[in-house]
Amino acid sequence: MTTESERPPMLEMRNISKSFPGVKALEHVQIKAWGGEVLSLMGENGAGKSTLMKVLSGAYQADPGGEILIEGERVAIANPIHARRLGIAIIYQELCLAGNLTVAENMFLGNEIARNGVVDRGAMEQECAAVLERLGAGFTAATLVGQLSIAEMQLVEIARALHGRSKILVMDEPTTALSSRETDRLFTLIRGLRADGLAIVYISHRMDEVYELSDRVSVLRDGSYVGTLTRAELNPDRLVKMMVGRDLNSFYVKGDGGAPARGRAIMDVRGLSDGGRRVHPCSFTLYENEILGIAGLVGAGRTELARLIYGADRKSAGTVLLDSQAVEIRTPEDALDHGIAYLTEDRKAQGLFLDMPVLENINLGVIHRDARRGGILNRGMAKRRALDAIDSLSIRVAHAGVGVGSLSGGNQQKVLLSRWLAINPRVLILDEPTRGVDIGAKSEIYRIIDRLARAGIGVLVISSELAELIGICDRVLVMREGRIQGEVGGPGGRAVSQEAIMAYAAGVAA
Amino acid sequence: MTTETAITGTGSADRPIQGTTSHSQVMKGLIQAAGMLPVLILICVGFELATGKFMAVRNLGIVMQQASINIVLAAGMTFVILTGGIDLAVGSVLAASAVTALALSLTGFSFIAIPAALLCGLVLGSVNGCLVAYIRLPPFIVTLGMMTAVRGLARFLSNDTTVFNPALSFAWIGNGRLFGVPWLVVVALSVIAASWFILRRTVLGMRIYAVGGNPVAARLSGIKVTSILLFAYATSGVLAALGGVMSAARTYSANGAQLGLSYELDAIAAVILGGTSFVGGVGTIVGTLIGALIIAVLSNGLILMNVSENWQLIIKGLVIIGAVALDRYRMQGSART
Repeated sequence: MTTESERPPMLEMRNISKSFPGVKALEHVQIKAWGGEVLSLMGENGAGKSTLMKVLSGAYQADPGGEILIEGERVAIANPIHARRLGIAIIYQELCLAGNLTVAENMFLGNEIARNGVVDRGAMEQECAAVLERLGAGFTAATLVGQLSIAEMQLVEIARALHGRSKILVMDEPTTALSSRETDRLFTLIRGLRADGLAIVYISHRMDEVYELSDRVSVLRDGSYVGTLTRAELNPDRLVKMMVGRDLNSFYVKGDGGAPARGRAIMDVRGLSDGGRRVHPCSFTLYENEILGIAGLVGAGRTELARLIYGADRKSAGTVLLDSQAVEIRTPEDALDHGIAYLTEDRKAQGLFLDMPVLENINLGVIHRDARRGGILNRGMAKRRALDAIDSLSIRVAHAGVGVGSLSGGNQQKVLLSRWLAINPRVLILDEPTRGVDIGAKSEIYRIIDRLARAGIGVLVISSELAELIGICDRVLVMREGRIQGEVGGPGGRAVSQEAIMAYAAGVAA
Repeated sequence: MTTETAITGTGSADRPIQGTTSHSQVMKGLIQAAGMLPVLILICVGFELATGKFMAVRNLGIVMQQASINIVLAAGMTFVILTGGIDLAVGSVLAASAVTALALSLTGFSFIAIPAALLCGLVLGSVNGCLVAYIRLPPFIVTLGMMTAVRGLARFLSNDTTVFNPALSFAWIGNGRLFGVPWLVVVALSVIAASWFILRRTVLGMRIYAVGGNPVAARLSGIKVTSILLFAYATSGVLAALGGVMSAARTYSANGAQLGLSYELDAIAAVILGGTSFVGGVGTIVGTLIGALIIAVLSNGLILMNVSENWQLIIKGLVIIGAVALDRYRMQGSART
């Protein structure tokens, strides 16, 4: 590249290693990012991306021998405040904002404009408004951050970075919680910042995003630097091979030898609604031997519909039929008794018991069924179930007594899946089953989902990743503003394609 | 969030876990199980060296006896704190139950004195439980209100005087012995054993941990969170009442205004000293037992050393804070408190 010879990179990290007791998290990792370009950092979970960024942020100190250079000058980053002063802004997946404060207050947090300890709110809001305008934000400096959407909160973080005159902007999986429209807006913004000369380090799992955005891509695997591809060299197969270290033959799995014949109806949802607050009357049928997807933008009511089916929220109208029998579901307990299981979209907040071991997490849905008389735990049974699950879903864990909080995203998801498989579900609703899961585990989860569907379980998959829905689903319902706007796939239907789904999701087709 | 990234960020989670990791995990498990036991032993040895009479069998019996009522209260408190709640009303419930038992023992219905006292605790605990579980009021506020209201009830029941019965039919609980072991101690240890069984060996127990660890996930896992909460507060009420019976039996008397004042604080201190997380989901009943013993040993040892009462309070408070700080330091990154 010509830039390489002309000017030093805005950020260069050389020979960075980081050891923790017993483990080497990073070994001789290097990255270079020039001003006016987007460098994507890719790697599976546990590849060391976050650790590398923590070194950059000053939260961790690299082992001796590592160097960090900013605009060609060596710096020793002592702590996060120092990093900020050096012009490094990092936007983490979990946003660091105070929801009870206003946008302006958040932007100036720790750096307030004050005279004699008295905050000058007017000056802060004025400065903040200027930055917000530059970003094209749809909210004001006086808005409470708690009232903003995730996308808008990200904007606040970016505003904070810009206001601090950052030269290097690191974004750690910023689109995880964004809808595709919000993602597009974010990308436009990132391109604008790139044009302004910032060096942007973009961390992501998503191939399509990296493809769309990056000038160069650096790949880490198991804490080591694998290599860097320029835009011209980018190619999905090559990238996947670098990340995983092997070929992923058939990433998505759909049946064996074409779609099998659709079986009989398992679940019939008729006119289910919550009175029109989030979900207007929705009707659909789930058949045996199929994987039914639900697509839609964030906020389209997909999760809300699933929660109504599962009894997690109170429905105001509609019925659910299982194997042609109307069933009354008022609570999740009822749903589980009828064999309907629901894997929540947020596994940490709504699914796992992070303080408890894998064994308990797998068994919590069935302990009362397995129990001996008087509600005494059947520990032998629990252990067998856990070992079976670890074995059949290949959960990577030393033993069943390990705390589930210490597992990687993919393995946590498998633990959660095991909990629901233990109840022998008739219907399995999976809400974002591969969110925050690395590529290798993703492929395994697809394989599991496919296996379950072929074994006769009705599988409903909610996902924001269109590629995923297209890859694994036989039929996809598209929701928009609380309604089922359309359906693609299935016998005689339109082919499942990105265009067909987006047309319904955006309200272009009806 | 820091714990999570610290662990997954090392890259160990997705790969087979190596020998060093599982070894350190075993160590961590041992340390977690031992908890505050080393602190308890250290304090005991310290008092023995300082006084030369602390470790006498007779004195240790006295310590156990003094600890017994707090052990019973703290056991109930453990259930509540494990669900992520708190029960500030136990001292008042103890007083109301003790007064009930004594008042009934003076009538022709003395045989129902104990069942009535326990029922009183059950009802009051259930009121707490219902307000927390069904009306979804914050446990701190609910039990703070009940602490005051039930104190009033206790004074009302005792007519603002000390109820006294020199011929108390169940005085053996407070003063008798079973094979040489004071009944108070037998009762306290039985409560611990029963609590251990419920928490470790039953569906109910595992669900208590689940509700405390993640109430949202618990509900979505088909657990009746309200029933679990109700059970925890009701149990705390019954055990507070049992504490009331023990106290009444020991002294043949009960004063609605004085009895059980600030007992809730000792019970909470014991639970927290025992390593139970204040936000719920983590903790053991054995830890609570050790916590209660530390408090009792401190009181007894300081008296043996002729430390003035003011200094006793100061030292006790500082030891509680110090012990928990030590615990936090020890468990850094592995658990929340």
